[in-house]
Amino acid sequence: MTAPAPGTSPPALAVPAVRLPRRRGVELALLVGAVLIPVYGYCAVGLAHDGAVPRGAAGYGAALGGLALAAHLAVRLRAPYADPLLLPIGVLLNGLGLVLIYRLDLETPDAAAPAQLIWSGLGVALFTAVVLLLRDYRTLARYAYLGVVAALVLMIAPSCFPAVNGARIWIRVAGLSLQPGEFAKVLLAVFFAAYLADNRAALAYAGRRVWRFHRLQLPTGRVLGPVLAVWTISLGVLVVERDLGTSLLFFGLFVILLYVASGRTGWIAIGLVLSAAGAFLVGTLEPHVHSRVADWLHPFASIEAGLGPGQLAQSLFAFSAGGLLGTGLGEGHSILIGFAAKSDFILATAGEELGLTGLTALFLLYGLLVARGYRAGLAIREPFGRLLAVGLASIVALQVFVIAGGVTDLIPLTGMAMPFLAQGGSSVVTNWVIVALLILLSDTARRPLPGPDAGRTDAGRTAAGGTDAA
Amino acid sequence: MIPYARRAAALCLLLLVALLVNALRIQVVRAPAYDANPANRRVPIERYGQPRGDILVGSRPVTGSRSTGAQLDWVRTYADGPLYAPVTGFSSQTYGTALLEAAEDDILSGSSPGLSALPLWNAVSRQPQRPGHVRTTIDPAVQKAAYKALGGKKGAVAALDPATGRILALVSTPSYDPGTIAGTGPQALGAWRRLVTAEDQPMLNRALRQTYPPGSTFKTVTAVAALVSGVVTDVDRPTDSPDPYPLPGSTTALGNESASAGCEDAPLRYAYVVSCNTVFGKLGDDVGLRAMRETAEAFGFNDPSIGVPSHPAVSVFDRRMDRAQLALSSIGQYDTRATPLQMAMVAAAVANDGTLMYPHLVDRTTDGAGLPLEVTGQRAYRQVMDAAVAFAMQDMMVAVVRHGTGRNAALPGALVGGKTGTAQHGEDNRGNPFAWFISWAKQSRGAPAEVAVAVVVEDAAADRADISGGGKAAPVARAVMRAVLAH
Repeated sequence: MTAPAPGTSPPALAVPAVRLPRRRGVELALLVGAVLIPVYGYCAVGLAHDGAVPRGAAGYGAALGGLALAAHLAVRLRAPYADPLLLPIGVLLNGLGLVLIYRLDLETPDAAAPAQLIWSGLGVALFTAVVLLLRDYRTLARYAYLGVVAALVLMIAPSCFPAVNGARIWIRVAGLSLQPGEFAKVLLAVFFAAYLADNRAALAYAGRRVWRFHRLQLPTGRVLGPVLAVWTISLGVLVVERDLGTSLLFFGLFVILLYVASGRTGWIAIGLVLSAAGAFLVGTLEPHVHSRVADWLHPFASIEAGLGPGQLAQSLFAFSAGGLLGTGLGEGHSILIGFAAKSDFILATAGEELGLTGLTALFLLYGLLVARGYRAGLAIREPFGRLLAVGLASIVALQVFVIAGGVTDLIPLTGMAMPFLAQGGSSVVTNWVIVALLILLSDTARRPLPGPDAGRTDAGRTAAGGTDAA
Repeated sequence: MIPYARRAAALCLLLLVALLVNALRIQVVRAPAYDANPANRRVPIERYGQPRGDILVGSRPVTGSRSTGAQLDWVRTYADGPLYAPVTGFSSQTYGTALLEAAEDDILSGSSPGLSALPLWNAVSRQPQRPGHVRTTIDPAVQKAAYKALGGKKGAVAALDPATGRILALVSTPSYDPGTIAGTGPQALGAWRRLVTAEDQPMLNRALRQTYPPGSTFKTVTAVAALVSGVVTDVDRPTDSPDPYPLPGSTTALGNESASAGCEDAPLRYAYVVSCNTVFGKLGDDVGLRAMRETAEAFGFNDPSIGVPSHPAVSVFDRRMDRAQLALSSIGQYDTRATPLQMAMVAAAVANDGTLMYPHLVDRTTDGAGLPLEVTGQRAYRQVMDAAVAFAMQDMMVAVVRHGTGRNAALPGALVGGKTGTAQHGEDNRGNPFAWFISWAKQSRGAPAEVAVAVVVEDAAADRADISGGGKAAPVARAVMRAVLAH
């Protein structure tokens, strides 16, 4: 219809003259880097530990590269307009996680890296399946209520199994241990997004003003019901499963989505009050949680009592040993943390061996992942998709904050997997599903609209913003 | 919806910033405190992550390291552990370090900044510094001779090169093998418990860390004080000293071991050779507290700063005494106490014509490749006496060995001077006495002295005469001097 913009490649035969850049080439180039960096790390571990490149280096590189390529091809096929940063960040984080776990395997009797690689493969397979099979993410909204029932079952199921290290969040079947709460995250995000997209108007309906000079408005009692229901459930999860992190994550996710959907600051106030009350209640009643708070306030109390350093103290020692530049991969002693060094405390190994520099890079990668999720949410044109994108991105953000803040003594420690990095099959599979959904959402967000002003995604964006403001 | 989503995004950004600031806090700001926490195992892991530098005797290392493969990888080993334990001390993963292992720890563990040609590069690359080595002044032949001569007896030997201050031998028996307590675990714990509870204190370094009443060997100091202060001007002129000698201000009288020795009014030389308590008690009183103290301190008494580089126990000559106490102190009794090293320094000062050289145990420290880092220079500790006094003293000490109480130390074809001592201890002096012998040896008159030695043997039987100093300790000193003169 119009002449091609200068600098773009000559138009292909069957496509319109103006087309948005798909940036699949950028994604492929970034993927090469995202595979090479972990392979380099894998070699560095071997060189530091045995003075030789580990024998499995080529196989490891090939496996990671193969996974990345499969995922890339699926994206190329089904989501050609997807954000080119999402997949490489996922591959890089997953690859680095494997390197860190492999590095810790060298000093423990059991090897966790091979299993983690298989789980990663499963995760990428699921990613590919979602990207290939889910033609339109909006289909998910239809199954929202089925999803929430499934989520509740998944969350309650582990309470029938014996507690592991004080938390009932695992199901052990035939030697495999699953953490169903991880899968429940995605289902709940879908449900919240669908529910809130439907009931936006009612939720936004203002209730009483509590502060005359402040814009704090309480929601009406009628819509308060669902909020209290979610709060009760997440508290129930906490009490039954003794899993503070997951309950915090669910509740935080719900409050954020509620706020984004309704725009009522009152929701935040209620959320804060309820979570504070819940935290206080559980903190005083549950000794498991209470000791975590005590550790947070006094990480060195056990040393002063002559009992030696606790896990959190060991974690802090690991971070401080890393300093600015880190000891180098394979040169640290984060294994001193002992139990959960490969899962909850994996970040301490990154902190010790990659230093503040490496840790900052990791945090920024997560930040970028979250930002791209939000960007997809902002660009998308309908409320369910927008809330879903914001919800999924917020899951990653909250999860990173809760566990990273926990192991660095910023907040009380709660068991939770560092997305992609930590050992744990359920977690890595779930995170790949999250990235798959974000890819589909960003593809929708950037895909040109059919019609006379095709390609002007901004039009869609303003339209959506306009309805919001009304 | 968009502004709210943006605010939610801003919240995520806030969380990210909180994480980054907190990471800066624990990895940089608080890191020095965390790194220094005694509960942080990284310090010992790094310390024992590489073989420790060696301590050399002659050109041969007497220490080593072996890999255990455990968390604290390299553990210290000792060749001839009991022989060199008073020199090396121990380096233990459980009990820390002692003696030379402690004094030169920064070189041996590799933490000394001097070991790195590029200190900044090491800080950045985090390469562990290769540890350096420590070469001692010990002469293995002399050390072995002393150890062998002491045999199963409880005692100590300190031998010095009078001209340089080099410590040639440092032996303490019974000894122990520091290798048995070098590691961790029940074996090291059991060995440690046995060693610290053993009645004969095998871990006590008697040559360096134990003070004894020096007994008659201290008469050497009193004689020097008398000559230096001018109380005695001619060693052969009779002194005005009664036998027994009534202690001033006291009803007690001081006698001699043998009443037939002829100590009444005996001249200094004669009194020194037969070891008259009466003459030296009175001489001390005549010299006076101040001058006695000055001479004793010139020899190194009362000086806590002496380091070889480990600090020996401080040898004591009291600063405040009444006249009776001074008289007793002047014959090496009362509160006077000395380490074997201190008494070797007394002999060395006389032998080196009056100049006391600073004693040292470390010849040099080198880096991992053997290039010298620091070479210990010779320096004088004090000019204790002028050469004339020193010559007079040398003559008197030679006389002791020629025809006095020290005949057991005589070496054919060499000039040997010495002084015996027997010190009582315990309540009412009922404990078995300590046998002392201090001496020096040179090839001939006019040649420089090659060795000064002090020997102490504990519980030297019940023979109360000076003879036990000559009988038990002098043969040990002779073996040591012979080993030095042999090459």
